[in-house]
Amino acid sequence: MDLTLSDSEAAFRDEVRAWLEQNSPGPAPQGDDEAEFTFRRAWQKKMHEAGWAGLSWPEDYGGKGATLIEQSIFNEELARSGAPLPANVLGLVMGGPVVIAHGSEEQKERYLDPILSGDEIWCQGFSEPESGSDLASLKTRAVKSNGGWKVTGQKVWTTYAHEAKFCMLLARTDSDAPKHKGITYFILDMEQPGVDVRPLRQITGESEFNEVFFEEAEVPDENIVGEPGGGWQVALTTLMFERAGLGAAAVMGLASAFDELLEIIKERDLTDDPVIRQKMAKLKISIEAMRFGALRALTATMKNGIPGPEGSLSKLQWADTNQSLTELAGDILGIEALEPGGTWSYRLLRARANSIEGGTTEVLKNIVAERVLGLPKLR
Amino acid sequence: MHFDLNDEQREIKDTARNLLAERSKPAKVREHAEARSHDAELWKGLCELGWAGIAIPEEHGGQGLGMVELATLCEELGYACAPVPFLSNALAGLAIEEWGSDEQRSRWLPGIASGEARGTVALDPDEPALVADPEGAAVIGIPVGGSPRLVEPGEAKIEPVELIDATRSFARVGADGGDEVPAGPAHRGMIALAAELTGVAQKALDMAVEYARDRQQFGRAIGAYQGVSHRCAEMLYDVEESRSLTYYAAWTADAEPESMPLAAHMAKARASEAAWAVTTNALQVFGGIGFTWENDLQFWLKRARVAGELLGTAGEHRDRVAELAGLGSSEPVPA
Repeated sequence: MDLTLSDSEAAFRDEVRAWLEQNSPGPAPQGDDEAEFTFRRAWQKKMHEAGWAGLSWPEDYGGKGATLIEQSIFNEELARSGAPLPANVLGLVMGGPVVIAHGSEEQKERYLDPILSGDEIWCQGFSEPESGSDLASLKTRAVKSNGGWKVTGQKVWTTYAHEAKFCMLLARTDSDAPKHKGITYFILDMEQPGVDVRPLRQITGESEFNEVFFEEAEVPDENIVGEPGGGWQVALTTLMFERAGLGAAAVMGLASAFDELLEIIKERDLTDDPVIRQKMAKLKISIEAMRFGALRALTATMKNGIPGPEGSLSKLQWADTNQSLTELAGDILGIEALEPGGTWSYRLLRARANSIEGGTTEVLKNIVAERVLGLPKLR
Repeated sequence: MHFDLNDEQREIKDTARNLLAERSKPAKVREHAEARSHDAELWKGLCELGWAGIAIPEEHGGQGLGMVELATLCEELGYACAPVPFLSNALAGLAIEEWGSDEQRSRWLPGIASGEARGTVALDPDEPALVADPEGAAVIGIPVGGSPRLVEPGEAKIEPVELIDATRSFARVGADGGDEVPAGPAHRGMIALAAELTGVAQKALDMAVEYARDRQQFGRAIGAYQGVSHRCAEMLYDVEESRSLTYYAAWTADAEPESMPLAAHMAKARASEAAWAVTTNALQVFGGIGFTWENDLQFWLKRARVAGELLGTAGEHRDRVAELAGLGSSEPVPA
């Protein structure tokens, strides 16, 4: 057991830190979605020019081939510097790695560079109104038509759809096959008449997500990733990449929110309040447990090659902890934390999505029960 | 960066798991708990293997290994709920090694390392102090008039106390004399207890999961129902948080002592809370049978409750965590 950075890891951290000190743009502007996205696009361009954008990608594809520990260090330093994630985060974390793992040479040639530079933004068309947790029941259909496919259906919770050039789309291509086997993974061009993007307004008032309607939208044969009918396996790879390496950034975000709350408690002279002390200690313990849990998971992943189902556990820990933290802040700030548009009222409401987005807490518990504990399946 | 046991540490843990599975089966635990006795034969065997001296320096007859190695043994002994005076003796060794004079260390550590002249120490701040496994101990570390002393059984007044955890014996011990020792907070002891509690919780989880796979109601295994399976998933979350914090704390004791106080309080707070949550959730999974004397879960549940109180409750440790995390002391500053 050794929790110190090796010489090369420490050198890497110093390099990242020095670069961020010179180049981090600080927090993105809040309140104006368009301005925020433009800011993050410019930030990605800067990261790309310095070679940081495709940190985890192999060097042959324009990446840095960083280890998981290095990715974790980078994300932690990035969060510490206050800079946002790059604009094309879905392309960088999911789209690119899927093309690298399952794509043809032509697809790698065509798609990878513009993902890195942020010139082409990617979104993910997985969830549907009637297929949330039970994703494999999806109904969006792709029908063969000469030289390609026509897609009809509806996706929901599609982040960045209004900015995206391409959509990682799961559609049913064989309705006779068992539900996991009839799904194909497409790269669909969003800039065409058959695609209609409508923003979805959240309880926070903003619109991070969209509904996307497809009406005979066209996608050519060469835009299938993997084999027709093999989309479910390709999608599983995507979902595993979604979490690897992002744990450290999530912990860092919680740690800085904890520090802000600590300052509020000090300003209000509440450090002696026994209830607040107990709750703050619980938060501190949860945040540190997540930090060390993430390091244990990284160590295990480096040994075994693929992220394990234990990642589900840290996702639900994170949701719980962030919800508790924002509630405690709300309790302390009282009525002033409840004005619309305020930092903590926004966080209080936004945190409610944490136990739903990226796998509901209930589905994650199912995964842990079945795949880690080996309990029998309900179905 | 490597947050896992190394090969040697893994081997210690696996060896301990296998040996205790063989030599400290639940039936054996029950036999000794019902008689309120130690398993003297098992203890002798563990001492012959050098367990008692694992973290004591080689110059005093120990193996000279660190807190991580000691924590792996505590975890496995908690997993087995073994009725041996290992923990009390280990805590005495840690205290005398950390705070004792050269003379005190030469005098007591060899016997603690071999297990032939055991030690035990106060587990609460009261006087007379609560100690575990007092009978047969050669040296007892307790506060006398507010200052820590090492006393010998002949000069101590030992009043046996029975607690619900019958796998361990307890007494209140007071004295007038004794040899002064400038002992400070028992951070290493808290880490050892956190490791034991992690093992206790892991065993209760394993028992509950096994039962949930086998027990049939309404035509299927109860583990298929989300009311049960989600409870088990939460138990895993408790066990793993407890383990991450405990091994981090053990590592700081060996490698980064300036981080140890906060780490030790976090580990003991989380492990105490987790072990009680997991053992009581396990009882709920078992249902009625878990509430009967014939079910073995009771020994782990009672161990969890008592060990959770030793060297401070979860709430007391959280208050220290709050202090060290930036909220400052809740105690008035002494004049």
